[in-house]
Amino acid sequence: MIPWLSQMLLPLVICYILAFAILAKRPVFDDFLDGARKGMRTCVDLLPTLIGLMTAVGTMRASGLLEALGNLLTVPAALIHFPPQLVSLTLVRLISNSAATGLLLDIFQTDGPDSAIGMAASILMSSTETVFYCISVYFGSIGIRKTRHTLPGALLATAAGIAASIWLTM
Amino acid sequence: MLNNLWSFMLLAGIAWGVASGSLDHTIQGLIDSASEAVSVSISMLGILSFWSGILETGTRAGLIDWLARRLSGILDFLFPDLPADHPAREPIAVNMVANLLGLGAAATPAGLEAMRRMDDGTGVASDSMCTFLILNISSLQLIPVSMIAYRSQYGSSNPSAVLGPALVATACSTLAAILFCKVRNRRCRP
Repeated sequence: MIPWLSQMLLPLVICYILAFAILAKRPVFDDFLDGARKGMRTCVDLLPTLIGLMTAVGTMRASGLLEALGNLLTVPAALIHFPPQLVSLTLVRLISNSAATGLLLDIFQTDGPDSAIGMAASILMSSTETVFYCISVYFGSIGIRKTRHTLPGALLATAAGIAASIWLTM
Repeated sequence: MLNNLWSFMLLAGIAWGVASGSLDHTIQGLIDSASEAVSVSISMLGILSFWSGILETGTRAGLIDWLARRLSGILDFLFPDLPADHPAREPIAVNMVANLLGLGAAATPAGLEAMRRMDDGTGVASDSMCTFLILNISSLQLIPVSMIAYRSQYGSSNPSAVLGPALVATACSTLAAILFCKVRNRRCRP
């Protein structure tokens, strides 16, 4: 069921959107070109961030610091059956999407995207959001000071996503 | 936050390199990563532009509004505090649909507008605001296209194998979010 979903989801959504646009009598290819141009710009805007964070992660790994930090966390992580390679990814994921991407690509480089760790990291990144960033942007915009149960709820949802990522791959 | 995190990562990495006597290796890692970032971006350019083009055809055909209008039953269930004529319902629906499709650029402005329309000026988050934000954070995205691009760049034999499991995991986190909000909001009611 799940592999079937993986295979069919993308083509289904593409067909659905295209059919919807054709039925609405839109000039689909012209619209597509405008959107693709926007996508290119997004990709280019992302490049400086990616360079900054990948060099930072690359420096930490090449110096051996990343491994040392990982070793430090092995014991507490093992206590709750949490893969130690995912500890730093999880923590950074709560703060910054692009920094987490830097760590994700580092995992892809060392273990490969198809390894159990690589797969768990892929799912984890896809099923969670930058908790602290979202809260500060949304509540900051209207000056909310008492966030009540937002943070515990957001962390619980994130924990559920992470637990599912590990459960589905390990 | 990112300013501190980023400078800590770089400085600590270099300091560790000096301390462990592998400074050459460390600097080489820095240089390699910089060019790696460029090659990742170049290979992502194609699929991300394609996807962005497909989403644009849907957006211009009115797909977001069309789907948003079909959400009212779900909104009644999730936000019992917001009556059918509440002005925040429309941007909430647009935000959720845009998130579902992975249109971050459309989701955030709608989300901020929804927050503004729910704001009562007290500085305290209402039940609906908490539910809305927790749902946003639980991740609603159906297709994480950039993840497919990253995986294929690093030689995955099946880059889109992540889609099914990601959908299951996203459903788990969203379900946990809904349950949490329902229990919390009921308990706090007088």
